[in-house]
Amino acid sequence: MGWLLEPLQFSFMRTGLLAAVLVGVTCAVLGVYVVLRSMAFIGDALAHTVLPGLVAAYLLGLNLLGGAVVAGVATALGIGWLSRRGTVREDTAIGIAFTGMFALGVLLMSTADSFRDFSHMLFGNILGITRVDVVLIGVLAFVVLVVLFMFHKELELTSFDPAHAKAMGLSPDTVRYGLLILLSLTVVAGIQAVGVVLISALLITPAAAASLLTRSLPRMMAISAAIAVVSGIVGLYASYYLDVASGAAIVLACTTCFIVASAIRALRQNSAANAPEPLADER
Amino acid sequence: MRAPHLGYGRRGSVKPRPGEPALLARSVDARYEGTSSLALRDVSLNVPAGLRVALVGPNGSGKSTLLKVVAGLLPIASGEVRIFGNAVGACHHRVAYLPQRGEVDWRFPIDVRKLVATGRYTHLGWLRRPRREDSEIVAETIQKLGLSDLAENQIGELSGGQQQRALLARTLVQQGDLLLLDEPLNAVDAATRDIISEVLSDLGRAGKTLVIATHDLTNLAAEFDGALYLENGREIPPEPGNFVGVTVGREVAN
Repeated sequence: MGWLLEPLQFSFMRTGLLAAVLVGVTCAVLGVYVVLRSMAFIGDALAHTVLPGLVAAYLLGLNLLGGAVVAGVATALGIGWLSRRGTVREDTAIGIAFTGMFALGVLLMSTADSFRDFSHMLFGNILGITRVDVVLIGVLAFVVLVVLFMFHKELELTSFDPAHAKAMGLSPDTVRYGLLILLSLTVVAGIQAVGVVLISALLITPAAAASLLTRSLPRMMAISAAIAVVSGIVGLYASYYLDVASGAAIVLACTTCFIVASAIRALRQNSAANAPEPLADER
Repeated sequence: MRAPHLGYGRRGSVKPRPGEPALLARSVDARYEGTSSLALRDVSLNVPAGLRVALVGPNGSGKSTLLKVVAGLLPIASGEVRIFGNAVGACHHRVAYLPQRGEVDWRFPIDVRKLVATGRYTHLGWLRRPRREDSEIVAETIQKLGLSDLAENQIGELSGGQQQRALLARTLVQQGDLLLLDEPLNAVDAATRDIISEVLSDLGRAGKTLVIATHDLTNLAAEFDGALYLENGREIPPEPGNFVGVTVGREVAN
């Protein structure tokens, strides 16, 4: 147990641990909607588009998360607006916004003296998170989870039957805008842990693994959150002991969980095929 | 031609006007977005409260389009539609619409009870959660449609007929006064057909107004009070020998 507790004497480890839990839970719970609504591509795109916001805030000496929130929400609304008008297909709209914003971020970076400071934005550094940052991450996580809870029934209905929602006067477009904004806030919260490039893995991989293991939405969210939190902690310790990039370690831990979940599902299906009774969980 | 505003959860809803028909459509033209030809041409319909009316015609005749217009999902290009004497959308929670099967993501991780319960949202609106009263209505309706044993099953595990019953259950828990049902008996098994027919006659006895699209000409006289025959988006006279019943078309609507 010593090796588990010993690093916690350092405040940066405690801050990192708290951040890993907050980010893990938020990404994983929202990620269930992202996976069930086939929004994986848009999640990845939103993550990339906050880069110019981050860089601009850095160059202007402003709060990084603030810059990212502005860029993320602006992109979420922009994508919603572009695809709603139907002038271009949605995935095309996303592709244009995503690469354009990312290029703008890189361009802004190249105006600075050194690229070095920006590697944290691209790839994350959970051990470098400050106390101020963790408070901001906590606020973002709280807002996202409370809004998800309050509007769960509308999110759920528009996910599986948008036509019925519309017939009852509940606009799927409105719900979608809201979800995109939540997604951008979540991405911002997670950037310091895993970086712009890998954040979509935290959104997608734990939720996808959970979707292989259960057919109940609340259980899916719980399993997804557990996977993300455990992966976050694994990445944190890997970073401390092995001196490897924390973001990459967290994502690879998630990927491992997904592989394990796939194996469990394959085994279950095999035993279900052999046994006459289906598994309790699969009924 | 803007789509009518539909309030979610009784927002801005008004009371029915006494003495007005449940549904009145006058010379309605409608077209789908991005198409130039009309899907409905000069269609009129007058359905007094408590009547059961069949919309009869082959595929593409305009039955579904007319139901979508009444449900507020498709704007009209010209003409007028009144529901209980009000504009479309004004007492929206009194209208329950059952579309044709197929727009539901059946793989989504929810059970039958939850699917049916979403019908109650039309009375709940934002931020209000289903109460015990809502759960009781849902449980009763599930039982009526013979789905009690399947209530905790994930929706993808149902057969086609069971799915149709679940969707009808969701329409019923809305407790609408005007029900718009699009081919509720299309391609279902015999057991489902019997259960649904029974439920429909119960609704008729309960004084609900039913407008049902069908292409099945048998049993019209037994199950309906009147019929509107459609072809290529227009009202046509019934062929000799076909069921007529109460006149509901152009002659009484204008």
